[in-house]
Amino acid sequence: MSLSSVTTEVVDPVPGAQAPHLPQQPDLVQLLTPEGERVEHPEYSVDLDDQQLRDLYRDLVLVRRWDVEATALQRQGELGIWASLLGQEAAQIGAGRALAPGDTAFPTYREHGVAWTRGVDPLHVMSLFRGVDNGGWDPVATGFNLYTVVIGAQCLHATGYAMGLQRDGAEAAVLAFFGDGATSQGEVNEAMIWAASFSAPVVFFCQNNQYAISVPLERQSRVPLYRRAAGFGFPGVRVDGNDVLAVLAVTKAALAAAREGQGPTFVEAFTYRMGAHTTSDDPTRYRLASELEEWKLRDPIARVKAYLARSGRAGSDFFAAVEAEADELAARIRRGTVEMPDPPGTAMFDQAYAEQTPPLAAQQAQFEAYQASFEEGGE
Amino acid sequence: MTSQTLTIGKALNLGLRRAMEDDAKVVLMGEDIGRLGGVFRITDGLQKDFGEDRVVDTPLAEAGILGTAVGLAMRGYRPVCEIQFDGFVFPAYNQIVTQVAKIHARSRGKLPMPIVIRIPFGGGIGAVEHHSESPEAYFAHTPGLKVVAVSNPVDAYWGIQQAIAHPDPIVFLEPKRRYWEKAEVDPDATPGPLFASRVVRGGDDVSVLAYGPMVKTALQAAEAAAEEGRSLEVVDLRTVSPLDLDPVFESVRRTGRCVVVHEAPVTLGLGAEIAARVTEECFFSLEAPVLRVGGYDIPYPPSKLEEEYLPDLDRVLDAVDRAMGF
Repeated sequence: MSLSSVTTEVVDPVPGAQAPHLPQQPDLVQLLTPEGERVEHPEYSVDLDDQQLRDLYRDLVLVRRWDVEATALQRQGELGIWASLLGQEAAQIGAGRALAPGDTAFPTYREHGVAWTRGVDPLHVMSLFRGVDNGGWDPVATGFNLYTVVIGAQCLHATGYAMGLQRDGAEAAVLAFFGDGATSQGEVNEAMIWAASFSAPVVFFCQNNQYAISVPLERQSRVPLYRRAAGFGFPGVRVDGNDVLAVLAVTKAALAAAREGQGPTFVEAFTYRMGAHTTSDDPTRYRLASELEEWKLRDPIARVKAYLARSGRAGSDFFAAVEAEADELAARIRRGTVEMPDPPGTAMFDQAYAEQTPPLAAQQAQFEAYQASFEEGGE
Repeated sequence: MTSQTLTIGKALNLGLRRAMEDDAKVVLMGEDIGRLGGVFRITDGLQKDFGEDRVVDTPLAEAGILGTAVGLAMRGYRPVCEIQFDGFVFPAYNQIVTQVAKIHARSRGKLPMPIVIRIPFGGGIGAVEHHSESPEAYFAHTPGLKVVAVSNPVDAYWGIQQAIAHPDPIVFLEPKRRYWEKAEVDPDATPGPLFASRVVRGGDDVSVLAYGPMVKTALQAAEAAAEEGRSLEVVDLRTVSPLDLDPVFESVRRTGRCVVVHEAPVTLGLGAEIAARVTEECFFSLEAPVLRVGGYDIPYPPSKLEEEYLPDLDRVLDAVDRAMGF
């Protein structure tokens, strides 16, 4: 490959029909167009019955409704912060539903949609953002690790866990989540080296939502992210991250390959963070409203609804029922969040170690005595 | 098995071997630890006997070693990570401090982190930069970690096994310049607890506290002091976090004087914490302020200067003189 052929490909923040000034991306795997038209791909396919298609739609709608409710609860002071998944529902539901029951996912802090697919109670995610705990779900029972806030650190955990699966002879795989910003982290790159060298059964699932808080993809990479995989020696695939069918198909294939001993795959889910980085962020400071408008045309839910309706797989009763279920879910989340009790003060001491140390036990006793002095003291 | 004379290095090797025999989940990971047996040969012969899946020659990336160890621990393994030299632990510092130390608390106990991080530490071997450091305070300051420092073959043999069997993550500091020190090790003996300090020489005038490589220095100082009629009590702290200071308090209440010795820079080093605690607990017994002997607050110097930098017998005795002068 000549140098010039390498440099002609531009990292395109907004690819496709709405950005005619930029090159088309024939390498984007897509099975459902933004208009809801079902298309075939030479390498990837899904075989879902009508019920499964409707279930995917239901997933998408419910996690978006959860997300909207969480954002509202943060604005009302019931959460300390919220990291919205708005716009990334298809990437997360597609990836999450690709997992087999014995697989394990290692999320960042935004994978609420994947949590949903693993049967994690939304309230166990809300408790983290309310400041009650660091995530209330059981990472072992759910096969969904706790959220990792340090960018990219979980990719190494995922790889190590996959090495454990190898040693156990388990027919299972690991799905490591990270974002476009994380691809600049040394630890993410180390994880890919490790996974390649040991042929570990891990799939690296990058949600390229185009921004690391305010910094656009161009600052992270001068090549499309999925092409990084070639440098590590394993396949890389770019999928339309707003197409739940394509994400499901690509991720399923990658996980199957991992389970069969073919080693890692890099999946770049090309998507867009339609909301702020978190409720503390103000995206109007660093991106144009027109960009968001362009991505709204590629909404991950609208295209599934259009497809289901147009093909006669679902009617207005179904859509109304899903909306009603979403409202019920939101009400449950709201009630559960608002009523969530604060943890007892001693909770911060008792799990610092598996075997608490004598000096820490003494500190805890001191803390308890100090607290008790207010209860007894009167004044 | 019968008692044998072992170096610290060989005692660690046999301790690791026994831990691997006792528990099939023990996995050794590190750079050059397999075919080569480690740059200090601590893991010599183990890959040959336990295979490449249990003695893993890793890629050259310390964060990778610790990060994948976290995942293996989540899967039920007990990783023992070798950091080749103290100064190379810092690429892994993020994983150790933000992940290894916190995951037990984060998961409310659902994800124990039984990881041992073996670090040959300290100076005195004439090495280039980054090969002679004493990073213990960074780890002792990190809740969620435990830190031990061995000083002799017996503690090396038992300590590494106890650390591997322990449910919490442990930074296991090995005194690299003492790797070749010998002692009799009885593999049938019953070891004492891991997290306990120990009086290794009785005395009446000054309590001298040390750990790791400085224990030998403190004992040499006590020997020299005895010739001048001064009686030093030497405590091998053994555990840096948690500190086990009850034997220290008991000692200082008798002697009234306390000198803490470590290679690490004195400012905010272990000596500072110990001085504070001894002052709190032994205030009315103290005849002199707690004094610290340690490295200066400078980057570890080029090796031609390390003898001036490192605490030695004379600097310990100088501190003893000052303590006695109050």
